[in-house]
Amino acid sequence: MRCRSPMRVDLILANWTLFAAGVWMTLQLTLLALLIGFCIALPAGLARARRQRFWSPLLQGYVYLFRGTPLLVQTYLIYYGLSQFAFVRESWAWLVLRDPWWCALIAFSLNSGAYATEIIRGAVETTPKGEAEAAMALGLSPRQRDFLVLIPSALRRALPQYGNEVVFMLHGSAVASVITLQDILGVGRTLNARFYLAYEGILTAALLYMAITFVLVGLFRMLERRYLRHMRPRSA
Amino acid sequence: MKRILASVASILCLSAAGPALALNICIEGAYPPFSELADDGTLVGFDVDIANALCDEMNVECEMVKVDWDGIIPALLEKKCDAIVASMSITPDRAQVISFTDKYYNTPARLVAAKGTDLVDSPEGLAGKRLGVQRGTVHQPFAEAHYPDADIVLYGSQDEANLDLIAGRLDAVMADSVVLSLGFLETPQGADYAFFGEPHLDPAIHGEGVGIGVRKEDNDLREQLNGAIAAIRESGVYDDISGKYFDFDIYGE
Repeated sequence: MRCRSPMRVDLILANWTLFAAGVWMTLQLTLLALLIGFCIALPAGLARARRQRFWSPLLQGYVYLFRGTPLLVQTYLIYYGLSQFAFVRESWAWLVLRDPWWCALIAFSLNSGAYATEIIRGAVETTPKGEAEAAMALGLSPRQRDFLVLIPSALRRALPQYGNEVVFMLHGSAVASVITLQDILGVGRTLNARFYLAYEGILTAALLYMAITFVLVGLFRMLERRYLRHMRPRSA
Repeated sequence: MKRILASVASILCLSAAGPALALNICIEGAYPPFSELADDGTLVGFDVDIANALCDEMNVECEMVKVDWDGIIPALLEKKCDAIVASMSITPDRAQVISFTDKYYNTPARLVAAKGTDLVDSPEGLAGKRLGVQRGTVHQPFAEAHYPDADIVLYGSQDEANLDLIAGRLDAVMADSVVLSLGFLETPQGADYAFFGEPHLDPAIHGEGVGIGVRKEDNDLREQLNGAIAAIRESGVYDDISGKYFDFDIYGE
């Protein structure tokens, strides 16, 4: 019986600059997609919660489309699908769509936006009636009521769920590697392919994702401790 | 205690397979005309036919396992299959990890771009150009060594690289000349594309041809396969299969 050689740590270390670039690519895509997704989700979530006549069904379609299909399929369709049409390639949109980085960012943003829309909708819908009544009693205008009372209150309560969405987005961003991007997983796969390794590249990628997740989870725990202080059991 | 250690070792190494009554063959399935998925989902192509002919010759049952290219050596090492018949070039790098049989064909690598391209096949000619290759093929190190200033883009399969050439995301692709010609240029999709530059066969990178990969410890299987390759070359079965796909001698010198 002949065992496989132990892990090639040397190759991982020799290529640490590649992994550093991969981490940067992953963080860029994840954080920008979350930011854009949030900008979509805040107005969309409010519109959904209030069942606005025109926007609500439209947004429901958007949310259903992007939550109903895998992120991998969405990314693949935007990157390889749209490029099949000559009119897309001849339009101004091609300036953006020819670049895999932009395709990934668009797919990730729309995907994150759909999930965050539902999170915000839920948080707004479960706002205690008293908060709106109190705002009215204080004589706040509807706009002041939204921006000073309802939205901050909903966002606080959405924090734990949104923390999950952030971690999911980080992990979902690994899809970028199928459209030629050298994100964390892309670098891991290239390392494996280059040196015919079975798992070293993937294992390193896994550890890097775990480390980033650890930081993100810690960050959200801190935010929750700060903004959900009033929800914690009172200590004796 | 020793016995426990031994069983732990055998679990960790996923070893101790019994005598090979049947063989699992790793095939890529996204590399026409050597291997692709037919409309009914079965694997077809030159590699598949060769694998079946070798199995008939050796009188063993064979099962084709479709494995993505960049996981195909790990799949062999982890015993998901016993031999790789996937147009894999015999290279020194790979030979450190697995063993190869004698070659079963040998064809050069070439560049493809849009018809009438003004690209030149030289390090300067491709400097700053986007060149697509399949990740983990011999074409990746070849491109890195011979076109160091090109922007080399890595794909999981050759089909995806061809799609991006059509889409205009790439200036050129490099791959095996037969794969490019039969799998792309002679299809309706490839009508506006053509070879440019010279055929490349760099023994240091491309190796001595395409062979069947087996695990290093499976030397008996390797020798059986070598015998079977010689036998189907002798009996004319090889030429029949080759004639089905190519109108030239794919075996090489």
